[in-house]
Amino acid sequence: MPATATMPATAIKARGIVKWFGEGDARICALHEVEIEAYFGEIVFIVGPSGSGKTTLLSVLSGILRPDAGTVEVEGVDIWSLSADKLAEFRLNRLGFVFQDYHLFQRLTTAENVAVPLILKDHPWPEALAKAAEYLEIVGLAGRASLPPVKLSGGEQQRVAIARAIIGQPDILIFDEPTASLDGETGRNIINFVKTNILTDKRCIVIVTHDARINEFADRILKMEDGRLTSIVNGNDMP
Amino acid sequence: MRGILILAYKLLVGDRAKFAALLVGITFAVFLIIMMTSTFAGILTRASATVINIGASIWVMDPAVDTVANTIGLPDYVLDAARSIEGVNYAVPLFSGGALVHLPSGRYQAVTVLGLDDASLLGRPRLTEGRIEDIFAENGFIVVQDSEFYKFDKPRLGGEFELNDHRGVVTGLAKVSQSSLFGIPTLYTTYNRAIQYLPSPRFTISYILIEPRTPEDIPKIKERVRELGYVALTRDDFISKISDFYKYKTGLGTNILLMTVISFVVGLSISGQTFYTFILENLDKFGALKAMGARNRELVAMILFQAGFTALTGYGLGVGLCALMIIGAKMRLPEYASIITFWNLGFAFMMVLVIAGISSYIGVRKVLRIEPFDIFRG
Repeated sequence: MPATATMPATAIKARGIVKWFGEGDARICALHEVEIEAYFGEIVFIVGPSGSGKTTLLSVLSGILRPDAGTVEVEGVDIWSLSADKLAEFRLNRLGFVFQDYHLFQRLTTAENVAVPLILKDHPWPEALAKAAEYLEIVGLAGRASLPPVKLSGGEQQRVAIARAIIGQPDILIFDEPTASLDGETGRNIINFVKTNILTDKRCIVIVTHDARINEFADRILKMEDGRLTSIVNGNDMP
Repeated sequence: MRGILILAYKLLVGDRAKFAALLVGITFAVFLIIMMTSTFAGILTRASATVINIGASIWVMDPAVDTVANTIGLPDYVLDAARSIEGVNYAVPLFSGGALVHLPSGRYQAVTVLGLDDASLLGRPRLTEGRIEDIFAENGFIVVQDSEFYKFDKPRLGGEFELNDHRGVVTGLAKVSQSSLFGIPTLYTTYNRAIQYLPSPRFTISYILIEPRTPEDIPKIKERVRELGYVALTRDDFISKISDFYKYKTGLGTNILLMTVISFVVGLSISGQTFYTFILENLDKFGALKAMGARNRELVAMILFQAGFTALTGYGLGVGLCALMIIGAKMRLPEYASIITFWNLGFAFMMVLVIAGISSYIGVRKVLRIEPFDIFRG
């Protein structure tokens, strides 16, 4: 965590996370007693080779995959003690997701895609679309509201996904391999944009990536190997 | 929830190719189901044309009679006995038989001859030309202007023909509410003339038509007729008996049922498969929605809405297409026997709901099983 006199508020606190997959001889431990904390106002990268457990950890932290042991507190709430409906509501209101392949609806316009979280929150359709247009402007895509995602470049689609993630004004953003489908420069631009425009003191961003080219944008980097957290370093200290 | 349904709608109609395929499947199924059942309904209605057109409340007949054309003569004493039953307002004989007519053109034409009670003319048709009393004129016959009228060379009043070497004169033209099934013209005359002109067995009364004093008298009348060894059926009972004959004692019902089942299976196959593909293609999106916080019931509502919307649209198109087809066919073929009844519409609607239900069940199962984690895992 940043070495400052005033302690930033804890966004995510995970203790003793264990996750197994498979059964019998094929049973493997994807997460071994993982413990992490993430704070508001920082970007945390989770890095590591394929199969190291970073996506599994991200899923556990975001209330998507139930761990076999351990607790996850998000803003003081033990999310895995919530009922399925409450957990879904929690994800809807407190978390924003940016998926690796964006998962935009190709049959909807860009604005409609961005509006989806508000629609899930029962906002009226016109109001949600107006809000989506505002967020498209924030991510630099004003004027693209009526286009389908397929008409946008990879970087632009990523921005649409970011707009969709932040439109509900969540406190915590979860990015899964955000630069995997982008060229180096576009990837860097996107993360730079996120750090400059999306990150605030009241927001925590957790990014799973194996793209070392963007390490400089991380406040902290959690390195994983074989389901274990092997090191925690400052972003600039990574090669 | 409304926003979710709009989202579901946009996802559905946005994929135009799939939506069109879904509509084609359901429309085709509805079209075939309604065509089959309405043709069957038309046949059944026409099979009961005489019963409908005569309109008597109670029909007395031999128990072995299955259809209105399959008559077995009743002895005269049955008519007397029927008249003496308590609760009978009046009872009259009806003759129904077939004959061959020699037309002025030299052509022979099979006809149905209905002989109405001379005193009451109960069951007489509505005349469009001529006067009803002229039925008592020498050799008088009324020709029905139904879909088979043209087979009688479209006669005019005063036109002549031969029937079993007897002279016949057209004294009236009439309309009836229902054309007959058998594709031959219908002539009305008096009972006495009918049994005189047509070769008849010993017993000449085909049916005894009874009008009860009150509807409450009907069960008693039925019972008394049963004691005589005959059957008294209400108009609806007789129509139902005729329908049952065609449904269960001929291959017609089985064939129609088979075609309806095939239509259902074809519709289900096309729609079910297309809807399943549609769900599969959007499965990752449903997973993403789940990850973002959509609850299972919202995803189920989306799928049910999509299936329901497609089903109702396809149903409307199918019904419309079928109606157009039947109207078009009837313009070209007057004897085309298809009628869309509420029963047909209801049956097709139920079938469509089953198609939508099965299709959406497959989709719902798939969507409920998708884990948001699968979205992260790719």
